[in-house]
Amino acid sequence: MLEAILSIGGIGLTAAVALGLAAKKFAVEVDPRELAVLEALPGANCGACGFPGCGGFAKALVEGKANPNACTPGGQATVERIAHILGVAATAADPQVAVVLCQGDNPRAALKYRYLGMADCNAAQRIAEGPKQCPGGCLGLGSCVRACPFSAIEITGEGLAVISRELCTGCTRCVAACPRGVIRMTPLAATVHVLCNSHDKGAQVRKYCAVGCIACHICAKTVPGAYVVEDFLARVDYEHRDQAGAAVEKCPTHCIRDFAQGYPPGSSFAAPTVPVAGKSAA
Amino acid sequence: MEQKLILSPAPHLHGEQSTEQIMRAVIYALLPACAVSIYFFGLPALRVLVLCTLGCVLAEIGCQKLMRRPAAWRDGSAALTGVLLALNLPPASPWWLALLGAAVAIVVGKQVYGGLGHNPFNPALVARVVLLISFPVQMTTWSAPTPLGAGLDLVTTATPLGEAKNAVMLSGRLPEALQNSSWDYFIGNMGGCLGEVSALALLLGAAYLFWKRILTWHIPLSYLGSVVVIAGIFWLVDPSRYPSPLFHLLTGGLMLGVFFMATDMVTSPVTPRGMLVFGVGCGLLTVLIRLFGGYPEGVSFAILLMNAATPLIDRFTRPRAFGEAPARVSGRQGAP
Amino acid sequence: MMKKLKTFRGGLHPSEHKEQTAHLAIEDCPLPEELVIPLSQHIGAPAEACVAKGERVAKGQLIGRARGFVSVPVHASTSGEVLAVEARPHPSGKLLPAVVLRPDGEDAWGEAPASVADYRELGAEELCERIRAAGVVGLGGAAFPTHVKLSPPPEKPIHTLLINGVECEPYLTADHRLMLEETARLLAGIDILRRALGARRVCIGIEANKPDAIARLEEACRGTDVEVATLAVKYPQGAEKQLISALVGREVPSGGLPMDLGVVVQNVGTAAAVADAVLAGKPLIERVTTLTGSALARPGNLRVRIGTPLRHLVAWRGGLTGELAKILCGGPMMGAAQLSLDVPVVRGTSGVLLLREGDVELRRESACIRCGRCVRACPSFLMPTTIAAYARLERFEAAEQFRAMDCIECGCCTYICPAAIPLVQAVRHAKLAILARRRKL
Repeated sequence: MLEAILSIGGIGLTAAVALGLAAKKFAVEVDPRELAVLEALPGANCGACGFPGCGGFAKALVEGKANPNACTPGGQATVERIAHILGVAATAADPQVAVVLCQGDNPRAALKYRYLGMADCNAAQRIAEGPKQCPGGCLGLGSCVRACPFSAIEITGEGLAVISRELCTGCTRCVAACPRGVIRMTPLAATVHVLCNSHDKGAQVRKYCAVGCIACHICAKTVPGAYVVEDFLARVDYEHRDQAGAAVEKCPTHCIRDFAQGYPPGSSFAAPTVPVAGKSAA
Repeated sequence: MEQKLILSPAPHLHGEQSTEQIMRAVIYALLPACAVSIYFFGLPALRVLVLCTLGCVLAEIGCQKLMRRPAAWRDGSAALTGVLLALNLPPASPWWLALLGAAVAIVVGKQVYGGLGHNPFNPALVARVVLLISFPVQMTTWSAPTPLGAGLDLVTTATPLGEAKNAVMLSGRLPEALQNSSWDYFIGNMGGCLGEVSALALLLGAAYLFWKRILTWHIPLSYLGSVVVIAGIFWLVDPSRYPSPLFHLLTGGLMLGVFFMATDMVTSPVTPRGMLVFGVGCGLLTVLIRLFGGYPEGVSFAILLMNAATPLIDRFTRPRAFGEAPARVSGRQGAP
Repeated sequence: MMKKLKTFRGGLHPSEHKEQTAHLAIEDCPLPEELVIPLSQHIGAPAEACVAKGERVAKGQLIGRARGFVSVPVHASTSGEVLAVEARPHPSGKLLPAVVLRPDGEDAWGEAPASVADYRELGAEELCERIRAAGVVGLGGAAFPTHVKLSPPPEKPIHTLLINGVECEPYLTADHRLMLEETARLLAGIDILRRALGARRVCIGIEANKPDAIARLEEACRGTDVEVATLAVKYPQGAEKQLISALVGREVPSGGLPMDLGVVVQNVGTAAAVADAVLAGKPLIERVTTLTGSALARPGNLRVRIGTPLRHLVAWRGGLTGELAKILCGGPMMGAAQLSLDVPVVRGTSGVLLLREGDVELRRESACIRCGRCVRACPSFLMPTTIAAYARLERFEAAEQFRAMDCIECGCCTYICPAAIPLVQAVRHAKLAILARRRKL
């Protein structure tokens, strides 16, 4: 009995001393502010700030190499907290969300061919430039869903990617993952968007998509200034986003959507209550 | 409207066998063993088989509904697990034991990991071991085989391995009679689980699987070979205490384990060298548990332990790629 | 009788489907109404158009100039008028620049092709230049410029020339017929290639399922030092590295080229084109290709002008039977599915397959059951299922550690997979991501 107590106790004591010494000897000097900043960050390691994870960002912040508002997922509250820790002024970043500029799901947009293969947009895009006739439309194979660190993207039952405006933090990962460039970063405050990404001429768009922009200019005529039609595709000029809503009902192909009224058909996301301006941090 | 053309990545031809066909073939291969068990143990054996198979399929359907996964019970993997589980239960198992085992196999052994292809352990063996630990009495009540004669009443007996273990523990010597009944063991005239009894029927099934090219020689040969070699060494050292390799081969769940449990594709390595390592590991552990462990039978534990080692084995037996310098292979980096 | 035939490790035996066309002699396909001659028909930089709309061109006239060393010129397949130089459907699935030509029906050569009295008097460089100027590329399917393979750096002398007459892709029989019917042209081309390389050993590899071609070549090569080797029937026996492994007994180093072993491999069709280029001064404006498949009325082996749209071939062979579900250019194991019959035959088109609805595999992908068949079938000794799993998780460094870059995309793993997982596509996905990352660094 005694032997057991002594031997176990001895091992414990030796290990404790060794650990203690090692902790002293190999201690790494860390700026306490860095730890505090790291604590304040969301910890998603999404890379939206352009640094390797939240740790890298915290280091850069303390060294003065980064602006707190580069952390889009954190939102305003995080920016303020970090600014407070570092003693710098909090400059608000315009909160951004990603939007899929397409409503051409399976019933609405024609296929070019029947695709059989890996369920990945980038892989499918390599086979005759994607199975959809529209060169810019969403393929619905979910590369963006897998890229999203915040589970903010869903694929509807009819094969269309939809991004939740509540869950999206603006980290831009999905934008990089999409082979067709159909996802864009837009100001959170702008809820009206032209959901089309085809630069084909109107007559051609009509052939393959029921909800594509045909560049008829009606929106631009209804609300001059709020819409720009370029290269056969209309887009909202987000500087004048407040007036854009007036044209939603006028669009003959219904490709302009006000997200305040709801998400594209088939989405399980509930309509956002109000366009949230300064959204609170999670 | 005219159908669109199909575009898919190369290759545009595909082989004959699908997952479903493989599962079905393995079930066919188990039919002789099922028939023998019904012949020796009668209706109770049939009851265990039916309950386990139905239980597994129902559990699979239920899980897939609940977890909103695509209903894939038709691939036959759940039914196969059910048959394998039944063959791993004693003939006198009560109905609730069989159903509980089926639920454990599918829910705990398979679906929680993500369904077919993702389970690290052989689901039927997980269930068997859970039952063995939880209900030791019911799981070790063996029935004497009564060809064609049994009603629902079975006479209890001991398994040859159990007898051997008891005898060695009590007297330090093996009973003479055990060594001289090889033919009975071969055809299945002994106590044991449904599928443990007849080596002949299992070999028949295995031959079918070899012919269908579903089994490869790697695991069965290395498993059997290592059992024979290791058991043989002990036997040569002291034949009065350690049973002969032949006794090891023909008794207990070895044949079932070698051809149908260790070779379970999902839970065994994919590389040929890995399969050999896996088989040898199974053989070594089986003999060690049988001779020195607390349980008379070690096949289930051996296979489960090696299942746990499978990802590691796969990683360290990656074949040398075509044109890869041998030096690079020996200095192979481990975990990515 | 059961002599052990030479082969490589791994691979498998897909059903051959060669019986529809193996016995059919090569036929000349008539000229179409319109030829679409893409400027990119080879690996490397696309050619640059040097004719304009409305211009009249003669047969064999240069219409696209090579750009750089790894590039070859493009020639007019017949005489006629240039209708346009514009983007047209290409077998790669994209719209790529092409010269659209309306044949005038005269099929007249421009200046008479400069024939050579005796090629034996020409130096290796001169031979190489003639081959390059004729636009010769590998006709087995990859379309790699032949002159590049014939110009090894001085520190890598070539001692062995292997001629690939394996044709291991199912359905295809064009090389088989070429070996039978144009033996003399083929052997002349082989001799030119050998002189250009200075190779001591020459060996023609043929799969054992073409005994007539083997017999014909053995007879023709009797008394010369050209070997004819019979190879076991196994896919992908005709893959360059696997062929070398079978005939030379050595493995091309990972990431290396056959010339690292002092070996060059050329396809039989390429050798025949080399003979035309050097002996007759004829550029590569036609090729032999197999047109077959269940949706086609009359399959056959055809000599087709480069740029002939598939639609014309199909119409000439009696049209379609049943509903067309899939169009393939190349063999069924490595060929590419096409969007329409408007794409033209190009230099790399070793075959055209038209499949009916019922003959196309529609199996849905299911979970990997880790059966390990892909591992055993892989002729590069990889673990396709592991690489594919990492590719899906976008863990490309792990895929690279499992040697994704050594994949030759032969398709064996996907062929054998009981769960119908598109393994090759996933591995390719990983390869492209790894390459993109390497370029970035």
